[in-house]
Amino acid sequence: MEGLLPELEMIRQDFPILERTLAGGHPLVYLDSANTSQKPQVVIDAMVDHLEHHNANVARAMHQLGVEASEAFEGGRDKVAAFLNAPSRDEVIFTKNASEALNLVARSLGDARGIDTGAAQWDRLGEGDEIVITEMEHHSNIVPWQMLAERTGATLRWFGLTDDGQLDLSDIDALITERTRIVSLTWVSNMLGTINPVADIARRAHEVGAIVVVDASQAAPQMPVDVVTSGADLLVFTSHKVVGPTGIGVLWGRRAILEQMPPFLGGGEMIATVAMERSTYAAIPHKFEAGTPPIAEAVGLGVAVDYLTSVGLDAIRRHEETITGYALEGLATLPGVRILGPRTAEQRGGAISFEVEGIHPHDIAQVLDSRGIAVRAGHHCAKPAHARFGVQSSARMSSYLYTTPAEIDAFIEGLAHTQRYFGTVPTTTGVGA
Amino acid sequence: MSSSAPGQDLDALYQEIILDHYKNPLNAGLREPFEAEVHHVNPSCGDEVTLRVHLEGEGTEAVVADVSYAAEGCSISQASTSVLTELLIGRPVREAAVVHADFLELMHGRGKVEPDEDVLGDGIAFAGVAKFPARVKCALLAWMAWKDATSQAGGGAALEAAAPTHPTAQEDPS
Repeated sequence: MEGLLPELEMIRQDFPILERTLAGGHPLVYLDSANTSQKPQVVIDAMVDHLEHHNANVARAMHQLGVEASEAFEGGRDKVAAFLNAPSRDEVIFTKNASEALNLVARSLGDARGIDTGAAQWDRLGEGDEIVITEMEHHSNIVPWQMLAERTGATLRWFGLTDDGQLDLSDIDALITERTRIVSLTWVSNMLGTINPVADIARRAHEVGAIVVVDASQAAPQMPVDVVTSGADLLVFTSHKVVGPTGIGVLWGRRAILEQMPPFLGGGEMIATVAMERSTYAAIPHKFEAGTPPIAEAVGLGVAVDYLTSVGLDAIRRHEETITGYALEGLATLPGVRILGPRTAEQRGGAISFEVEGIHPHDIAQVLDSRGIAVRAGHHCAKPAHARFGVQSSARMSSYLYTTPAEIDAFIEGLAHTQRYFGTVPTTTGVGA
Repeated sequence: MSSSAPGQDLDALYQEIILDHYKNPLNAGLREPFEAEVHHVNPSCGDEVTLRVHLEGEGTEAVVADVSYAAEGCSISQASTSVLTELLIGRPVREAAVVHADFLELMHGRGKVEPDEDVLGDGIAFAGVAKFPARVKCALLAWMAWKDATSQAGGGAALEAAAPTHPTAQEDPS
């Protein structure tokens, strides 16, 4: 099959969990990578090695282990900076996850007395100001902005969606106006799979002096993310979806913006000096990293992004597109299957949400699981996007760099089996939303 | 069709009785009169039920005159709602509370509790669900809603009169 990673079998051997068999002797078919990715041996080994041989706290220990741990931790930052093509390593901030990174941004932008974006000079965010998001956001890129709007009196607005799951940009000039202070959107939808024209939207946002926040949680795993050309002023992603460990996420921001943003959490590591009356803060990135950071996790994340870079993000994107196209073809052969989101692989990432007539998504996931096939069922933390398409929940299969066409075959056969099991083989043929 | 591995016996989960209730739910729809209406959701998956309770009689003598509902969810949650109405409508709240407690005990039993058909009727079909921890919440959605609604409808005293003998009759902690 043209477009697959040529070394696919070798790559699979890098991921020990793919050798698992599940109840009933079924080999694991892991199609839930948009939820969390599996981890290659090099990431596991790097974390174990760190804990076995180099463990100490960072930035404060004067002893040899402390130096080694600090170097390993900061080495993770260098690797992430390279992965993102960040102009400076200081622009890479470690958080707990992407949700925390978005909350940091929303909280800090709301606390800022004013910000000079280069294109506009703001006062403190307040009534009359607008924050623009989209209807396809993950809850983590909706709720923090709702909270910010509530706190400041600013108004929350959003892009709607077209019937084929794209952002409706027809009213972009009415939506992004002189009142717009922040535009926050996902690069790739975790539910619809849609790849958004982030740079185009950022251009419009910058014309009015707004700050552009990009949720790259689904983009970073499967396509090259270059923060310089992305158009983002601030960009977040999470380690556990890029074959790294849980417990660590990333906020990247333009230095000029980050330096004007007040701290999020106060505490150790984020200060320059503390007196009882007041404190001064450390420079970025440490200003935003209060407390002992996730050290072994940063080591693991560094190795994870290096792993993806060594395979090649362009090649991974091609692989995902090929597998996604193959899955879309397979789904089209099944009667009663409705795909939510774009129906061509070029327009989307490697997550496909779908409905099967007469069978609830939970029941689909349950029957697939009995055959060793792991998919997600539910609202995928995107309830508004589901509501837009008139569905309460959906099933979602999501592939990654280790997914094979044979696994897609098993998934399609599993779905056909599910329809037979529930005795609901509909008469309509598989067409989309 | 069933796989033999423990914990993955699909046919134990999807008993005929459950699929029958799913395809032909009993007492569906929202009806008048009612004293309380509640809306419960399962936040992890989005299953929802709007459930109304109509009680007749006072205090500990109250009777479940009607339970009506509009529900959206998987086969397990839909069938469980249907079975609930079949079991509880027409019973004194005190008795219904005992059925409720037995059903909860069964669902939290991890497949180790032997259900009593005299008490649970078609509810015994859910014994298999207890072996699938991820699905227990589906089966309990309507039952939690019923207890909440009955309490709000003025049935609290009757519920309490029955509850102490069943230590498992408490809110789902998960």
